Order: sequence, then structure tokens, then C-alpha cells
Amino acid sequence: MLLREVGYARPGSVAEAIELLAADDGARALAGGQTLINVMKARAGSPDALVDLNGLEELKGIELGADGTLELGAMTTYTEIVESSEARARPILADVCAQIADVQVRNRGTIGGNVCTNDPTNHLPPLFAALGATFVIQGGDGSRDVSAEEFFLGVYLTAVGLGELLTKIRIPAGRSDGFAAVTLGVEGTCIVSAAASLNGGVRIALGCVDAVPVVLTPASADADAVRAAVTEAALEPPADVHASSDYRRHLAEVLAVRAAHQASERRS
Amino acid sequence: MEAGTVSSQRQISVTVNGTTYEREVEARKLLIHFLRDDLDLTGSHIGCDTGNCGACSIIVDGTLVKSCMLLAVQADRTQIETVEGLADGEELSKLQQAFSAHHALQCGYCTPGMLMSATALLRKNPHPSDEEIKKGLQGNICRCTGYWNIFEAVKAAAE
Repeated sequence: MLLREVGYARPGSVAEAIELLAADDGARALAGGQTLINVMKARAGSPDALVDLNGLEELKGIELGADGTLELGAMTTYTEIVESSEARARPILADVCAQIADVQVRNRGTIGGNVCTNDPTNHLPPLFAALGATFVIQGGDGSRDVSAEEFFLGVYLTAVGLGELLTKIRIPAGRSDGFAAVTLGVEGTCIVSAAASLNGGVRIALGCVDAVPVVLTPASADADAVRAAVTEAALEPPADVHASSDYRRHLAEVLAVRAAHQASERRS
Repeated sequence: MEAGTVSSQRQISVTVNGTTYEREVEARKLLIHFLRDDLDLTGSHIGCDTGNCGACSIIVDGTLVKSCMLLAVQADRTQIETVEGLADGEELSKLQQAFSAHHALQCGYCTPGMLMSATALLRKNPHPSDEEIKKGLQGNICRCTGYWNIFEAVKAAAE
């Protein structure tokens, strides 16, 4: 497919990338490109310029802090998470990243690209919302930390503004996590997904039932409590060719219970 | 053109199967088109052009990717391996021989991608389990064989 004409820049630093993004409202960051290139082929989006983040070592890397906090560079690929010994501190990360698409896409696709796209069918927005991740956004005037509730704003929309860049994602320590999804094909995109985390309180995040992940905090991880929390959320999921709204509501309940069950089995 | 400036055209240097090519390319050109149209390396195929079928799979700096999901400018200063580089002259690689022996292709359209995915898999994991072979080929679609003979060929090459 021949793309529309587009400018391209390969900055040498994060600061330079931010400058390039700030200089042109039509410039977009190019991370793994496993969504953006398709979006450009379909003419669903036509950036004036692509600021290629590949090659910026500052945006790479997985660091495990003394308190168990994981700091993940936004340009870390799914494969790097799957193969990282540090990332095993929070096993759900590799479990979920290994289910995304296929080898080729996992080799290129990045966690930062996944969350910044905020496609409701993506795996990582609900997962990171359940884990209580912190998103580090850098702009021309320095950086700010944003919670998952503040980060995901709408379909394809996040708190990362024009002239800003997601640089890191911080994941607190914990092991009792679960993830369940009904997907298109074995490891395809999600029709509905649910992530659960029982570190401290119970946190469940549902994907594909609203524009942003829906976070629930049931009193316990018991099936009845989880079901009650999903009912109370009075979801009005979108309907499409894959599932009606009612069926998505049904799946949300089933998958929330499954994810919570998986998380409680991993209590250490 | 300087690295950090925006331009719609760029001079790139790419090494494909050991040969270095220097070309001026448009930023909008996909890597698969660069290989096929500019370098005349038509072994890598375009199947779906949406990143699903894997017929365009190649190895860039040791990593298996779909070349319809990268821009040619992103391949600047990389080492690329395509299906044309697998055989040593007339001698097929062990994997290619196994594909032939096990009748792992019918129309052959998916074969270049299948071979590159299996090559990448066996390099990383020389003795994969059945499950690992299936997972390693998940990004490649074949509409003829039902996959079984491809799986058998990869398994035979691994032994």
C-alpha cells in the first residue's frame, strides 16, 4: 500500500523528539508502528510527520527497584517483557504480553504504543489500570506522573497531549494478578477483557465495555462480590459485529470472576 | 539530510543478504515495497498488506518482523535477511530441504514468510516443543496446506 506523503525524522534524544512533536500539531510519535502503519494504510489517520522513537535508548529498558517497583521504558517491546528476568517480578506482565498477536508483532510492538493508542480492544490498558500503574509523561516543561484513571481519556485518546511523550510506565510490586479475555482467534484482539489485582485491595479493570478501562473495587475477590460489583457498574457496552451489548455485559461478569479467581490462586 | 530534521525523502544504506545497497527513498515507502520494487528482491511476498498474513516476514538485525509494517527509512543501517539468502548457492538450507521433503507448500505464496519465521524460531530455540513450533508460526497464514506439513517440516529440520 502506498501511504500518503509523510515527513520523517529520527531524533537523537527524547528532548529532540519532544521538540519535533511540539513544532507541528500534525506530527505523531512512531513507536512500534504495528497499529499506526495500518491506520495510515487505511487512511484512518494521516500524520504530517512521523517522529521515529526507535533507537532512543532512553525510552528502553526494564528496571526493578529495591521495593519491587518495575520501571518500564515506553519503547519496551512485548518480546522484551516476555524475555526479561526483571519483569518476572510481576508475572502477569509476561503472561499477557505473550498473548498479544504473534511473534512478529510482539517483536516490534511496544507497551507505550499499546497504551497510547488506547484502543479498547487492546490488552494493556485494562491490565495497567488494574495493576495501578503510573504513567510518566514528558513535555517541554518537564515531566508529570499520571495515574491510570487520569491517563485513559477516551477511545484512542490519552493524557499525552500535543508536544508530549509517554516515557515510562511504573508498576508497583505484587504477584496476585489475573487476566481473562474472549478474543478474536486464539491470541487476537479482545472482544471483552478483564484484569484483576489483589495486592492490597481488590482492583478489577474491564476492557472493551466502555471508551476507557472500567475500574471496579469489590469488597473481596469472591465470585459473588465481583459479580455484584460488575452489576453495580451498570455497564452499557458498545455493540458491534462481534458481540451485542448484552453479550458484552455478560462476558464482563464472567471474565471479571475468572480474572479475580486467577489472581487469588496466585496469592503468595 | 540530518537525522533530527523532518524530511519526506531520505538516503538509506541497507545490507540485504550480505549486499549493501544505498538508495534514496520516500519516507512513505513500506519496507516490503523497497525490497521488491527498488531492490528487485521479489522473494518476500505481499499477502494481506495489513500485518496479518506474514507473507512479507523478514529478519532485521536478527529480529523477525513483517516488512509491510515498517517503513523503508526505518531499515537504514540495518542487516536484513530475506528468503533469497537462505540457500547457499544451489544448496537449500536444512529447513528448505525439509519443506521440500514434507510437501510443506502447495501454491507457495506463504512459503517465504513461513521459512523466515521458522528460521528465526530455530535460531532462537533449536529444539522447540510442538507447542513452541505452533506459536512460532502463528503470525503466518497458509490457505492451502492446513499447516500440518509445514509443522512436520519444521519439526524435522529441528531434529
